[in-house]
Amino acid sequence: MLRIQNIRSFYGNLLVLKNLSLHINEGEIVTLIGANGSGKSTLLKSIMGLLPPRQGLIVFQDKDITHLRTEKIVRLGIALVPEGRHIFAPLSVQDNLLLGSYSRYSFRNKSEVMADFDRIFDLFPHLVKKRKQLAGTLSGGEQQMLAIGRALMSRPRILLLDEPSMGLAPIIVEDIFAKITKLRSEEKTTILLVEQNAEMALDISDRGYVLETGKIVFQGPREDLLENAEIKRAYLGK
Amino acid sequence: MMKRNIYIPYAVFLMIVLLAPMFVKNPYYLGVLVQVGIFSLVTMGLSLLMGYAGQISLGHAAFFGMGAYASAILTGTCHWSPWLAMGAGMLITACVAWFVGTPSLKLKGHYLAMATLGFGLIVNIFFLAEVDLTGGPSGYTFARIPHITFIKWTIKSETSSYYFVWGILLVILLLTLHIIHSRVGRALRSIHADEEAARAMGVNTAQYKVGIFILSGIYASLAGSLYAHYIRFVAPDPFGLMESVLLVTMVIVGGMGSIWGAIAGAALLIILPEALRFFQDYNILIYGAILLFIMLFLPGGIFGGSQMLWLLIRKIPGRRQEAKDG
Repeated sequence: MLRIQNIRSFYGNLLVLKNLSLHINEGEIVTLIGANGSGKSTLLKSIMGLLPPRQGLIVFQDKDITHLRTEKIVRLGIALVPEGRHIFAPLSVQDNLLLGSYSRYSFRNKSEVMADFDRIFDLFPHLVKKRKQLAGTLSGGEQQMLAIGRALMSRPRILLLDEPSMGLAPIIVEDIFAKITKLRSEEKTTILLVEQNAEMALDISDRGYVLETGKIVFQGPREDLLENAEIKRAYLGK
Repeated sequence: MMKRNIYIPYAVFLMIVLLAPMFVKNPYYLGVLVQVGIFSLVTMGLSLLMGYAGQISLGHAAFFGMGAYASAILTGTCHWSPWLAMGAGMLITACVAWFVGTPSLKLKGHYLAMATLGFGLIVNIFFLAEVDLTGGPSGYTFARIPHITFIKWTIKSETSSYYFVWGILLVILLLTLHIIHSRVGRALRSIHADEEAARAMGVNTAQYKVGIFILSGIYASLAGSLYAHYIRFVAPDPFGLMESVLLVTMVIVGGMGSIWGAIAGAALLIILPEALRFFQDYNILIYGAILLFIMLFLPGGIFGGSQMLWLLIRKIPGRRQEAKDG
């Protein structure tokens, strides 16, 4: 569904992604693990067109999206839940969600967008009561749910999640991971999960990749990653 | 469902504007209100840029001046119709705003402030130095700027100027309210709140920032044209750096993130010096003290303050918007 071929991405002159390739099949949950600074978030930015790669190819559903504008990419069905949530704090929960539907919102399909509201509130019943509240006043877990809900408002076929567990209590992380699994089973959303919390992420995944300084150093089905001695030592703390 | 009702406050405001001349009979005071209207046009645009999109401009008096000079020169020297000159002024301003905004809005914070400040100075020097075109430091004296004619009425008296300026303001206000409460307004606020996340949602932030910069320039240019036909004399002085700072102050004192605040700020900063006249030598002192008081105790400006008061009266917890927006 999403195929990344030998991409090279730069921050200024700094080469961050060094000929990176990976693919995600329809309906999969794929986890990408790696230490700080290994290029995980850079990869997501490259996919979203926020930091287009200088070389290589990104193909989504047989369409070359390497150099498309972010708005087009969102419209094609890729959505990002950014690292650190990045909700719009001074805006209401409702306006945050509406901004998620920005790329397809128009006067004509207003009712369609409104229907999506209910879909999001079904998934995150927590947010219903707070829809008029300012997003900045939500708790960390609620903000993460809002960030996910906001991304879902664009009706993505593939959802990119950048460290959804960051800074949250374990019990809330479990809840969020349960929602992610539910998304796949009920909405058939394909998911690319970037996580430092490797064990929990691998638990709900089909496959995994290990990223080290801009290169994929290991890939395989979940079981292979969980049993690999090197990965166990470096990422699973065993 | 999504739209907070924008028409009720608008209708109330419309009534106030229509009825005000019945209570303000003195032509001098009516003239002050005309100026409030002209400046409100500028601050409304600036409020879109500052309060909504979160960008600063310390050069907005330049756009104001460009509208005024375009009207003066095109009607005076070139004998164009005032309406045509007004449109041309807005077009010229839009082009300049695009040309200046495209590179400078890539800057953020203080750097953007410096860039727009520099732009304002350059335009002011242009007004001063192009003596053959603008009349230089002594102002445009080549011809008297004509009165503007609306359908069959010549806008000459204070009363007609009042209705003319505020009529235009009301139209622009309605347009602005619609912008704010639309997808565009949401996108602007998202840029202010978190530019990176806005981009991830597919909001073309660069385009929006330049777009709103141009729009606010057009508002200022329109106000400048109205100013030229009302005062009927233009000189470089009222379009300098101090004026730009005054405009920004109006927006902040009125309350950022609210169009009503922009009007309130313009009204306060124009009416206050007039109201304090009887203190004579001390008026600047008291003026400064009042502004300081507002900034210290009402960080959300006049609008934020009144909103806070309203919430206190209605006792709704958890919606202290001004604390976040201020």
